[in-house]
Formats: sequence, C-alpha cells, structure tokens
Amino acid sequence: MAGFDPQWFATRGFGGHGAALGMRYHAHGEDWAELALPYDERLIGDPASGVIASGPIITMMDMATSLAIWIKRNAFVPHATLDLRVDYLRPATPGKTVIGRGECYRITRSIAFVRGQAHDGDPDDPLAHVAGTFMVVGDVAGMGLNRRTEA
Amino acid sequence: MTIGLPPYAEILRVSVEAEDGAPPVLLMPFADDVLGRPGFLHGGAISGLLEMAAIAALQHALEAEGGADARIKPVNVTVDFMRGGRDKPTRAAGVVTRLGTRVANVEATAWQDEREKPIAAARMNYLIVRD
Repeated sequence: MAGFDPQWFATRGFGGHGAALGMRYHAHGEDWAELALPYDERLIGDPASGVIASGPIITMMDMATSLAIWIKRNAFVPHATLDLRVDYLRPATPGKTVIGRGECYRITRSIAFVRGQAHDGDPDDPLAHVAGTFMVVGDVAGMGLNRRTEA
Repeated sequence: MTIGLPPYAEILRVSVEAEDGAPPVLLMPFADDVLGRPGFLHGGAISGLLEMAAIAALQHALEAEGGADARIKPVNVTVDFMRGGRDKPTRAAGVVTRLGTRVANVEATAWQDEREKPIAAARMNYLIVRD
C-alpha cells in the first residue's frame, strides 16, 4: 500500500487495547485524525457517577495523535511515544460518545510534536487537552516519503 | 485497607498484589486486551495502570490520615515512556509526594523485570474534595 490511509487502517480494526475499549475511526484531515469512543459501562472509572476512567481517554488520544503523525508522514512507520500530558478539563458526560482529535503540528528529523482535544458532542466545550512528543524512526526529511524502515 | 478498583480495571485485568501497610502494588498481566503494536503493551494501557496506582496510593495516604471519604478528582497527568512494555507482567506503584488540604501531588512508576528499570513513569495532580 502506498502512503497511509487512516480509513483503511481503521477498517482493519484497531486490535489489541483499542478494540478492547471499542475505539473507532471518526474523521481525518491533512495532519489530524479523530477517533470515537462510545460510552460503555466497562470503561467506568467512578462507579458512583458513571463517569468513564481517564485511562481510555489517554489511549484514544495516544492513538489519535499517532494517526495524525502517520497521516502527516503519509507512511505507516514505527514511532514511540516519548511523553504525553493530559489536562482533564471536566468529566466526560455519562452515556455520551467521546471524540478525540489528535494533530501533528510539527515534525523534525527525530521528534513529532502533537496536541489534541477530546469532547463529547461540542468541540467548543472540550473535556481534555493533550500535548505530547513521539520519537520518529526513518526518513522524514522529504516528508510524505513512504520509505519503510527495516529495523 | 481495601482498594476499590473500578470496572475499567477489569479490562486491564489489574489486581492488587501487595499491601501490608505500604502503598499498594498493582499487577497487570500481559494480554491481547492491553496490546498496542504487536508484541508490545499499548501506551494507553500503561498510562491507565499508572493512574490507578497513583489513585490507590492516594487512597492509602488519605486513609492513613483519617480522610478516606474525601473525593479525588484528577487535574492532569504527564506520562514519560522509557521502555517498550514486553510480553510479561507489569507492576506499578504510586508515591504521594505531597498531600495538602485541596491538592495532592503523586508520582507513579511502572516496571517489568526490575523496579529500578521503569518502563514508564507519571506525575499527577489531584484535587481533593473533603466534606
């Protein structure tokens, strides 16, 4: 496959932890991707309120920002999360699907800088804000190259 | 003391391993449900484990000072990933660096073979709501 198509990637299913959480593809653009996490009682972190745990939100934002990097590089090549910071602006509303948007706003020879937000219906009323960095592997100098790195 | 784990802990299959007066150590077995890229743990699953370890340490510290019924609200978390999580059990424990009236600062580390070689570490800030 030439380049990177997030929809194709999503139809393969996220597998592993993403599948266990019920994560789905939602939308994407030139340097961003959105994922959806439908409400599920198995994700609850606070049984008293029914609010989902923060862990699934980190997973979704890690994945959405990862997709944004692959889209920006137009290649499905390995990278590793260096750090991820999440600010929890407010609890997610029980029963609502959470949408997570990740954006890769800068990429250098070795580091991809990402940011993103999560909301549950109104993008102007976000519930979480994230910022992070990834170590990128392979040639990004030409950006959009589809050179697969053989580790 | 008892550490109440939420439903989300079941997806990660987290259990409380040791707690004889010390902050609890959480154990997460390697399984498909916590997999990221083939053969490695998902960073989000590691983060979820770290947050649960941090909250468990905070509950432990609150209970020790008689404030067990205080509510804990997460403000933020910063996770650093040091090593890939391989096909083996992962442990995590939190340390409360400061417990104030309204805010608690907690650090947590996750490791596999040796505690001295963490695979990830996190710093969290929590709001404490006391009745």
